[in-house]
Amino acid sequence: MTWFSQQLINGLALGSIYALIALGYTMVYGVLRFINFAHSDVLMLGAFTAWFVAPIVARIFPPESFAGALAVMIIAAAICAVIGMVIELLAYRPLRSRPRLTVLITAIGVSLFIEYTCQHEAVFGAQTKPFPRLLPQKDFSVAGLSVNSNDILIVVVTFLLLAVLWFIVQRTKTGTAMRAVAFNDQAAALMGININRIISFTFGLGSALAGVAGVFYAMRAPGIEPLMGVQPGLRAFIAAVVGGIGNLPGAALGGLLLGLLETYAGGIPGLSNYRDGIAFAILILILLFKPAGLLGRAQVEKV
Amino acid sequence: MLPGAKRWLLLAVAAAFLVSFFSAHYNRYYLGVAIDVGINVILAVSLNLINGHTGQFSLGHAGFMAVGGYTAAKFSLVLSPHFAAGMPPSLQPLFFFIALLLGGLMAAVVGLAVGVPSLRLRGDYLAIVTLGFGEIIRVVFQNMDSVGAASGLKGIPNFTNLFWAWGLAAVTVFTVGCLVNSTYGRGFIAVHDDEVAAGAMGINPTRYKVTAFVIGAFFAGVAGGLYAHHKQFLSPTGFDFMKSIDIVVMVILGGMGRTAGVICAAIVLTLLPEVLRGFESYRMILYSLLIIGMMMARPQGLFTFRRGFKTVGG
Repeated sequence: MTWFSQQLINGLALGSIYALIALGYTMVYGVLRFINFAHSDVLMLGAFTAWFVAPIVARIFPPESFAGALAVMIIAAAICAVIGMVIELLAYRPLRSRPRLTVLITAIGVSLFIEYTCQHEAVFGAQTKPFPRLLPQKDFSVAGLSVNSNDILIVVVTFLLLAVLWFIVQRTKTGTAMRAVAFNDQAAALMGININRIISFTFGLGSALAGVAGVFYAMRAPGIEPLMGVQPGLRAFIAAVVGGIGNLPGAALGGLLLGLLETYAGGIPGLSNYRDGIAFAILILILLFKPAGLLGRAQVEKV
Repeated sequence: MLPGAKRWLLLAVAAAFLVSFFSAHYNRYYLGVAIDVGINVILAVSLNLINGHTGQFSLGHAGFMAVGGYTAAKFSLVLSPHFAAGMPPSLQPLFFFIALLLGGLMAAVVGLAVGVPSLRLRGDYLAIVTLGFGEIIRVVFQNMDSVGAASGLKGIPNFTNLFWAWGLAAVTVFTVGCLVNSTYGRGFIAVHDDEVAAGAMGINPTRYKVTAFVIGAFFAGVAGGLYAHHKQFLSPTGFDFMKSIDIVVMVILGGMGRTAGVICAAIVLTLLPEVLRGFESYRMILYSLLIIGMMMARPQGLFTFRRGFKTVGG
């Protein structure tokens, strides 16, 4: 029972990170109907932004303070939002009327470009760098469980961000426009919605979440390197599909579910070697038995 | 293909044999690169059947190559003590052929197992699922102690020579070319162009997709076997996502669904890293820019100048 609860706590923290990334995938899929492969690299760039900014912030705010961590987080999110919008503007916008396969291949190309450019010696280099401590880390022991303060923070901030996102999408004018574009972009354009602006905003919002997730992921990981985004990115994408791609609550649910499953599987001795394969096995099962995802609605294709 | 296609095949195999006959006189380094070219042509042309002609974007080709490579290598390793114990060496090519065939068949079986569930999906989903299967295959090999697990499989006999590599490349090109241009093969192109319309014409899209997948996997397995007996060492990390991307780049650069273009691209992209040895760190950056640039400017491929009636793509 202790083992079970312990894994639950670890799994929730990991799942929250996946949920934040998955939201970016699902939002972009909602408006443009393609998988933004470069999303996982935006996450990595978020972590590297924090790595660069943290020493500068530490001079202004007291080290390992909440205000400092918050500042780092906001800067990383802002820079990631800009990067996401620039990627959309340069790589995806010129191809918007092309076949989806073309856009998909371009997205893979953009992802590889970011990864290999950052791996080059002149940029970040391929070796792993230690990530600075943003917050004091304490281990609480509650009823025989050891709970890391960072894990609690990750879960709490994630749920706050989910609430903010829900507010933006459901209650603001821009959010309504986003939903309209996702529903039918041509009709939305006829209603006077500036589609380019909305798509750009969607990329920015998703990338900002990825930036925050990148900082969280780096806080839990042993260090940061240019390929660090690939694995969480793939898992988060799977989470988005499991929840039903294009569906925001689905992405959050899928992320949490995948984080939990992966943590539990990693704790079982025989399965831990196959940890990398588990997420994909879940994806394949979901696609076979419920292709629309847990919360998604099956759509009939019209010819 | 033309009625004389068989003649071209025989000619190519004969040429491969002739060139290979003098291989003792060649520089060993160039010989190795030439064999790499043959293997990559097989990989690229077989992936082109799936990604190009049939239009099913697969990102897991390295996985099938791994299955074939490990199977063939294991077969050779099990048999090699018997050769040392006095089996006539003249039988060696026969056993190598069986090893390659076994590798190909094993890859085809895995291709079938992967293809049936995943080919119900399209586009982005298929790409991700094939990527996932490729990763799963790699993880399985990484944990399989009988093939050396993470440290790899060593001491594979060096059976691959120029004749095998180029001869089998010719066979692959011939088979894929004839298949695509046959009555049956029109089905692949129909599925590529419009799945719904193809279905309405009485073509079962799933069946054609799975067929393309299985045949593609078979040749990838054969290429894997050649690769194993060429490098004499297999490690699971050599068959990761990047290897699949390498093959995909060849297909994209050559033009999806254009066999001649893809062969050119496979040759150029095998030679390029050898020529640009000093620029190793820029190679992948160049690749990625090439992919983006191609998709923006020439989605039909770099080596395609004429939109012929025989090949359909986009």
